[in-house]
This record gives sequence, C-alpha cells and structure tokens, in this order.
Amino acid sequence: MKKLLKGGRVIDPANGIDGVHDVLIDGDRIARVGRDLPVNGATIVEVPTGFVVCPGFIDMHVHLREPGQEHKETVSTGTASAVAGGFTAVACMPNTSPVNDNANVTSLILAKAAEAGQARVYPIGAVSKGSKGELLADIAELKEAGCVAITDDGHPVATALLLRRALEYAGMFGMPVIEHCEDQSLKGDGVAHEGFHAASLGLRGIPGAAEALGAERGILLSELTGSAFHVAHMSARASLRAVRKGKENGVRVTCEVAPHHFTLTDEALAVPIPYDTNTKMNPPLREVADRDAMLAGIADGTVDVIATDHAPHHYDEKNVEFDRAPFGIVGLETAISLALDRLVHAGLIRLPRLVELMSTNPARILRVPGGSLAEGAPADITIIAPDLRVRVQAAAMRSRSKNTPFDGWELRGGVAATVVGGRTLFVNPDASVGI
Amino acid sequence: MTTASTDIERKPAVTALRHKDLLGIVDLTAEEIALILDTAEAMKEVGTRPIKKVPALRGKTVVNLFYEPSTRTRTSFEIAEKRLSADTLNIAIGTSSVVKGETLADTALNLEAMAPDMIVLRHSSSGACHLLSRICRSAIINAGDGMHEHPTQALLDAFTIRERKKQLKGLKVAIIGDLLHSRVLRSNIQLLTKMGAQVWVCGPPTLIPTDIRRFGVTATSSVDEAVTDADVVMLLRIQLERMEGAYFPSLREYFRVFGMTEARLRQAKSDVMIMHPGPMNRGVEIASEVADGPYSVILDQVANGVAVRMAVLYLLAGGAEHEEAA
Repeated sequence: MKKLLKGGRVIDPANGIDGVHDVLIDGDRIARVGRDLPVNGATIVEVPTGFVVCPGFIDMHVHLREPGQEHKETVSTGTASAVAGGFTAVACMPNTSPVNDNANVTSLILAKAAEAGQARVYPIGAVSKGSKGELLADIAELKEAGCVAITDDGHPVATALLLRRALEYAGMFGMPVIEHCEDQSLKGDGVAHEGFHAASLGLRGIPGAAEALGAERGILLSELTGSAFHVAHMSARASLRAVRKGKENGVRVTCEVAPHHFTLTDEALAVPIPYDTNTKMNPPLREVADRDAMLAGIADGTVDVIATDHAPHHYDEKNVEFDRAPFGIVGLETAISLALDRLVHAGLIRLPRLVELMSTNPARILRVPGGSLAEGAPADITIIAPDLRVRVQAAAMRSRSKNTPFDGWELRGGVAATVVGGRTLFVNPDASVGI
Repeated sequence: MTTASTDIERKPAVTALRHKDLLGIVDLTAEEIALILDTAEAMKEVGTRPIKKVPALRGKTVVNLFYEPSTRTRTSFEIAEKRLSADTLNIAIGTSSVVKGETLADTALNLEAMAPDMIVLRHSSSGACHLLSRICRSAIINAGDGMHEHPTQALLDAFTIRERKKQLKGLKVAIIGDLLHSRVLRSNIQLLTKMGAQVWVCGPPTLIPTDIRRFGVTATSSVDEAVTDADVVMLLRIQLERMEGAYFPSLREYFRVFGMTEARLRQAKSDVMIMHPGPMNRGVEIASEVADGPYSVILDQVANGVAVRMAVLYLLAGGAEHEEAA
C-alpha cells in the first residue's frame, strides 16, 4: 500500500533536502522524495502548508522502567508516550530491575516493544554486570541480542580503568559508551545544583564540576582508546567546554542535552512552587550561565543531540520531602514543543538543525536505521506543526507517570503526526493531518 | 517589600499577618516582623504574672510534630501554647507511625482529619513545612526544617537584640560558625537584613554557602574582621560529625581559628551582646568564660523564646479578631 505525502516542507539534513517535496511511502519503506511525484494509485495525504515532514525523531535517552518498575512506566506506556511526543524510536537505559546486562533482559524488552507496536525500541546494555562497576557485562551477547550502546547510567562507570576497558572492548563492536558523567565523591549526598538557590533553600549542593570531572575523564579515555564516547544529559558549562576542546582535538566525543536543561534554571527550585520535587533531577537544573552555555552549544554545533532523559516516577514517590524524592522527570511528550519554542522560535537555531539534533545525529551516533528519508529507509516520519499553540497537560500524558515541571505551560510548536514503519501511530487532533 | 526603619519597628503599620503559615522569615515583611516583636512584648508581660495564662487560644488545638530531637524549641512552644490556653499534643519520632514507614504527607493528612488548628513542625528535610502547607488547612509553623529556616529562633534573637539595643537598624551583627548547615543563619540573615542591620558572616570557607553575598551580607573567614566593632556576636553550633566531611581538621583546631574567646571579643563594641541558639559546645565555638560572661544573653534568648512563640501562635490564630469572636 502506497501513500503520497504532498505539500509539506520536507527537511532531511542527511540527504541535504529542505523544501516543499512529496514523500512516497511504500509499505514500511520510503520509496521516493521529490517534487511533484506521480500518484500512481497511491493514497494522497495533503500535508497542511507550514507543516514540516522530517525523518522520525529518535530519543536516545529514555527510561522505560520495564522490567521491574512497571508502576512507573512499561515498554508499552513508554513507547505510546514516545509516539505522542513525535518520537519514532527510543533508546532505553539498562537500569531496570534486573539490570539489562544480559540477552534475556534485552530480549524481554524487545519482545514487549514488538507486542506494543508503538515506537521502535533500541535497548542500551549495561557496561558492567549488574551495573555494579566490577566486571564487564557480556557485551558481545548484548550486541547480538539487539543492544546499540552500553552505559551504567544512573551512575558513572565506577572506575577510570573499567571505563577504559569498556571503551576498548565495546569499540571492537562499534558501540559507543554512554556515560552519566559525575564524580560521585564531589556529588556526595547533594540534591540540587550548588548555587544561590540551593543555598537559600537549604538544599545540599551538587557542583557543576562534579559532572565536568566525569566528562573530562571520559574524553581523556576516549582519546586514549580511540573509541566513541557520549556524554549523557549534559548540564554544566565546564562539561561543554571539555567536549568542545575534545572535538577540536579530534577526540570521538559526542554529547546530548535534555530540554529541561536548556529551558529551566535552578530558580525553578524556588519559583513558582518552592521545593517542587518535579524540579529535582540528576544532573540538576543549573544556574543561568550553565543554561545559557547549553543554548550556545546547541546553536554553535557543539551539542550533537537533544535527548529527554525521560525518567518516570510514580506520584507517591515524588510526593515526599525534597531530599527524599527520586531524581528525574518525564520528557517524551514535551520535548518537541520545548525545542521549537525555546530554540527555533527564539531564533537560536533553524529547523534543519533541530532535525539534526533530534533525528540525524542520534541515528548516526547509535548506528541505527532512521534519521534519513533516503529511498529504502524505514518509513519513520515525524510531522511537526511549528506554529501550533500547545498547552502542556500532565494529566493527559500517555506516560504512566506525570512528573513534569511543565504542566500548564503554553508553548509554540508541536507534533502533528508520528509514522513508524509506514503506520500512522499518532495524529494530533489539534493539528490534524489526514494521514 | 519595604526596608525597615525605626518608625516601622516601633509603630507597626500592619495589625495581622498575610499568610496562614509561618514557613520562613523570607515570607515576612519588615512590618510583619515588627508586629510579631511588638506582640511578643505584651506576651512577655503574661509570663511575669502570678497566673501565667490568658485565654487567647482557648478551644484551639495545636499539634507539635517533631521529627528531630529538640528540647529547647519543643518545650518553648509547649509552654507558649499552654500559656495561651491551647489544647496541645506532642508527637515525637519513635512514638508514631513514622517508624512503620508512613510518609510525611500521610501523617499530615491523618492529623488533619482530626481537625487541629495549627501544626508546629520540626523536620530534618528542608522544605518539609512547605509540603505540609500545600496539603493542610491547619496553620503550619516551622520549628526548624533541615538546613533551611528556623523562623521563631530568628524572631526571638531579634526580640532579644531589640530589648537591649532598642532597634536593629544599623547594628553590626557578626554570625560565626557552621554557616552551611545552619537554618538559624538563614532565618537570621533574612530577618536582620530586612530590619536594616549590617550582617557579617564568618566561618571556614568549607562551611560558607555558595553565593552567600547575594543574601546581602559580608562574608569573611577572619574572625577578627567579623568581630571588630560588632554590636552583636552570634555563635553557631559546630557539630562533631562535620569533621568526617573534612570541613575542618579537628574541634581543637576549629577553636584555635574561630573559637570566641575573651581576647577576640575585646575588638567588639564595649556593649557587645553574645548570643547562641544552643545547644552550645563549650570550648569549640565559644569559650566558657564568654558563654557565662557579662556580655552573654544566651539565657535571655531562651526566656524570650516563649514570648515570641506566643506572639506567633496568637497572630496566626487570628490575633485580636479571633479573641473578639471567642
């Protein structure tokens, strides 16, 4: 069955395309992209003027919580949340229970994903067995089962030596090591960014240097080993400096920034709701200079990827004292609107750069299909409505958890439709595309 | 927010508090602070009567919910409540369902179901009172939350200073000790700067909060600089366990560098006041000769604590308005 998308602005940086084009989908594949393609019996889909047709967005940092923490999220609810947020694929972190450090867990996740039939799921395996930081996990086995990268996310890899070995070993399979960069002794029992607001609220601080030390360590070891190193959820300006310097020196380092880190600052700890546990995440919301550095890094190309660090937690777990609440917020269903509003409409970047950050680059870093509308590529498509007025409603989210600091926010720009493998899995009723 | 002046301190421009709770000094205006201090003067008089009791809070139920051990503050609140004729009950950790793993929110909701009028909360987590405030109808009074605020302590400190110095404006107040972990410090900075005092804070750099200058204070690690020409010197408790965090090498060395001795105190004004929120570590942050010496008002602080807490309870219960209704 063929579909012909007509009238949209097609942006596909991987193939140098930006303009009004038709996209022909044949079954689960892209058949052709071009001007005024012949219909040849295909179903015509009129894309409203101003809407943008992109290769499917990929969120390379998501916690799906299954197995083990299904009260927070499942593969099914998490991938439904993903398509509602415009993501055609997600990469899920291994800090489940049990940890995804062997093929059984990987296979379980992939089976659940197939059953759910929503966004594609690319599992990320653990660096070490049980993410305990002692012995390497069976990385070849993980790779064969379908893992696309390794990480001990939630924590940094325990020692520099183990991180070195992981880089060397995973490099053999072309898998990047994704690192939660943090010097744990410097982080201590901190719960918020070490700055004026934490000092004022009496919250124990986590300095930006804790993250930057971790980033510097990984970059040095990436240089030493020649393997690909990816800095997860970067938040501190000193980390950005380290990445920029590493790139200048030819180190194979890449990095991602989460929407909350380019949108919010530590002022959100105090205003509008003091001690709102939905402003507690790790790394923490940082000060203005850090947030501005993330924006600058996104604008100048140093930042490779926008990833959400989607971290669902149950209401009960967040409805406690600030220092007892778990770190993290959900992000899948707010990312595109925040990026359009805060980056594109703010004049910081143009749409093609946004597509690079959310589709082209994550596909390239993880070496997964997608990120391109080339002939024969999977028909994974995100259609965005850049000027749609969006009001964030936590209660209406498809994620099982609603822990977001953005509830009630009004943003410009949103998802119109999400197509995975030629199947339309989400259509935004507020921005209808007859797809 | 207005800045304080002598006039405001003496003639309150307001007759009631704006908020239902007392979560921190940060939420009070200079006028409200002056109102509490003036009200406390009247309350202090009650404590000098043969029958130390007034009916102001008759029929009101006050719960003292203490998740941290406290002798001074809990006793002070309880005496204040009883002098105002409130019905009081005390819940301390270890005797409640907290040990069964109940969350703070659930404990608060269960208490709420029994319709108390006020909850006085002491808790080890900063912001615990804000959590209660969001879910409770009762007035919440912060009796110390983590490293955040201890508003009634700052109010009783201000009351004690005002008793001696007549006004807070223009005074040099030096606060010396563990600044980082101190809720007393945070409340005092808020209060003293709002009332126009010059606040100096002093401690080892390891125990000074980030960006403290943004609070409108002068920070130094030189005790001599802090004490010179000070009208008030306030010492903060140094906890033994801070050595384990490598904040300083030893209590002995702390005393050598920061301990308040008679010799150091000579640099202050001749009528300097020595204050300490307690409990004191003699020979660590303060020499015994200073604690027990002629400049010390440490026991006056404790005495005034009752009057100040009576004032806070009275005003949050609705003040004169409530009394008329009753």
